[in-house]
Amino acid sequence: MASAFEYAPAPESRSVVDIAPSYGLFIDGEFAEAADGKVFKTVSPSTEEVLSEVAQAGEADVDRAVKAARKAFEKWSALPGSERAKYLFRIARIIQERSRELAVLETLDNGKPIKETRDADLPLVAAHFFYYAGWADKLDHAGFGANPRPLGVAGQVIPWNFPLLMLAWKIAPALATGNTVVLKPAETTPLSALFFADICRQAGLPKGVVNILPGYGDAGAALVAHPDVNKVAFTGSTAVGKEIARTVAGTRKKLTLELGGKGANIVFDDAPIDQAVEGIVTGIFFNQGQVCCAGSRLLVQESIQDELLDALKRRLSTLRLGDPLDKNTDIGAINSAEQLARITALAEQGEAEGAERWSPACELPESGYWFAPTLFTNVTQAHTIARDEIFGPVLSVLSFRTPDEAVAKANNTQYGLSAGIWTEKGSRILAVASKLRAGVIWSNTFNKFDPTSPFGGYKESGFGREGGRHGLEAYLDV
Amino acid sequence: MSDRLSVFKTYKLYVGGKFPRSESGRVYEVTDSKGNWLANAPQSSRKDARDAVVAARKAFGGWSGATAYNRGQVLYRVAEMLEGRKDQFVREVADAEGLSKSKAAAVVDATIDRWVWYAGWTDKIAQVIGGANPVAGPFFNLSSPEPTGVVAVVAPQESSFLGLVSVVAPVIATGNTAVVIASEESPLPALSLGEVLATSDVPGGVVNVLSGRTAELAAPLAAHQDVNAIDLAGADEALAKELEVAAADNLKRVLRPQAVDYFETPGIERMTAFLETKTVWHPTGSLGASGSSY
Repeated sequence: MASAFEYAPAPESRSVVDIAPSYGLFIDGEFAEAADGKVFKTVSPSTEEVLSEVAQAGEADVDRAVKAARKAFEKWSALPGSERAKYLFRIARIIQERSRELAVLETLDNGKPIKETRDADLPLVAAHFFYYAGWADKLDHAGFGANPRPLGVAGQVIPWNFPLLMLAWKIAPALATGNTVVLKPAETTPLSALFFADICRQAGLPKGVVNILPGYGDAGAALVAHPDVNKVAFTGSTAVGKEIARTVAGTRKKLTLELGGKGANIVFDDAPIDQAVEGIVTGIFFNQGQVCCAGSRLLVQESIQDELLDALKRRLSTLRLGDPLDKNTDIGAINSAEQLARITALAEQGEAEGAERWSPACELPESGYWFAPTLFTNVTQAHTIARDEIFGPVLSVLSFRTPDEAVAKANNTQYGLSAGIWTEKGSRILAVASKLRAGVIWSNTFNKFDPTSPFGGYKESGFGREGGRHGLEAYLDV
Repeated sequence: MSDRLSVFKTYKLYVGGKFPRSESGRVYEVTDSKGNWLANAPQSSRKDARDAVVAARKAFGGWSGATAYNRGQVLYRVAEMLEGRKDQFVREVADAEGLSKSKAAAVVDATIDRWVWYAGWTDKIAQVIGGANPVAGPFFNLSSPEPTGVVAVVAPQESSFLGLVSVVAPVIATGNTAVVIASEESPLPALSLGEVLATSDVPGGVVNVLSGRTAELAAPLAAHQDVNAIDLAGADEALAKELEVAAADNLKRVLRPQAVDYFETPGIERMTAFLETKTVWHPTGSLGASGSSY
């Protein structure tokens, strides 16, 4: 479809961010090389340009960082909550001040569009620190009894889809409650966490309270298994989550897991079609679909299926894929070659199993990792693409006739993280929302987040909640 | 001294609102603290455990969908029924735990009071741990607790009645359904509780009571794909670890064993351990900072 408007290039300037050629591990307030001297390269997914070389944490580094965190815990947990609060407020402010720089950095390292890092990630990152800062001196009033105690050293392993936001979700409540942290960012997106180390320096945070260990799965596993870690928090795949649950079995480590999802986005026949289409797009193409709570299964009422799909295809044809630094870009790059291969394989399997594949006319850049927005129709519940988490811009469309059938299909998954409901009928929203087995239900909207709101899954989407008052529990001895 | 021969009771399991013998046909000898024979308790099998899960799953929709007010009344009804059968339970608890009659009576009183305590929680827990979140945007959102589903409960070994009720009542107060493995050595109060539950308006399948070898029954429950959570209260350290590993396979919610004084008034942790938090969002229609709206 010809576009009514032409877009001139509108790239965000890279000059606001100064990426060093190399970075160390951040342990006890200092940057240091890995004990075994290992390094790895982090590349920009949109260009495959090497951005920096980063020290790769190993077991010895994990041990050193945990020791530093343990040492820092004594003083940090003994600080009056009001003092801890001020550190966190400082961090929130510095993030706001440096948010343009961090947004550009995140886009470079992750591949997601600048309009998402600028308008979604960074404001939420600052908001999380601001929200939890205020809890630090009010824990007596959080509903966990008087004087709830921190757990100690928190080992935190986060994914690459929202590198800085997941860091905020993990670090803000941990510090507010008086814990110290050792955090391992994902191997493909270590940079914003290392910039965060600099923010800790600017905020004057005591040494050892926050330690950052870029590295691979082995470093994460060593951190989770470390005997002096009191709390483990993980966001990532369900398979790794199960492995972590086995690792901490029989210990006293407290565990929270935010794992995969296969969210159903249910559109009833009385839904406002245009809003629903926008919600479907947000649900599955936000962050290239690399979102655990993505609405990756569209359940549409049969009577409006054709109309909705026509409107959806028309809308998808207007999405702009390309340079993530361009302010008009809707769809950025896939985070890594490995992830691209996984998405590609699952999409091919969808075709092989008989689903019908559609993508808008879409030119993919020559370098970098790209996947066109993709729609599958003729999907049944038995199809792999309707069951497995793809973690990419791939939407499977299924239909239903009655609300009961919609609920049954939506719940027919081992996951239970998110779901969407589109209808103008309030009683239907409430009835369906109460029957859906998922931790977050968006009605007539999708993919909305807020630090005051608990987020987390039922069933194999993990356990525990992050955000809100509920998010404190994971870091308190209650 | 009457020479009337007393009538012994055949103790049976309580599954799906019925009183089956073990599918395996096995029983084991239960004795009092001095080693005197009390009864032959059913020695449940893996099949009994799986049947109990089926019954608990079947009951989940109705029980979790019941109003909190209704659940509260049903729990209170259990206390009423127990009160009327106090003498029986005092005798059974005294035998099971080797307690004097007065100490056993104190245990039974505390147990009845525990039901009353949880009966009052059913319609309050959502207000205490849920609520509206002040979102920074034009949205209304609400977090509410919901039961996680079928909970396998390894009941405490030493406290055969008060401990048992202290771990079962919080599970069902919040709308979960339970498969309970009674104390291995002292299962009789738990099996008799089944008879009370059956006459207390608790729908069949909401609580299912198994007696037998704890390790033998807990293993298939911890590995069961249709069990959502497990309370390891009565598992020793080695068994608890093994069960927790098995529970990881479908990411069951796990409540680890901990030292508990069951006479103390409990906190809400045994309820929150088996609750999910669901957050539902909806646009508010606010048009922005101007304050103008519909």
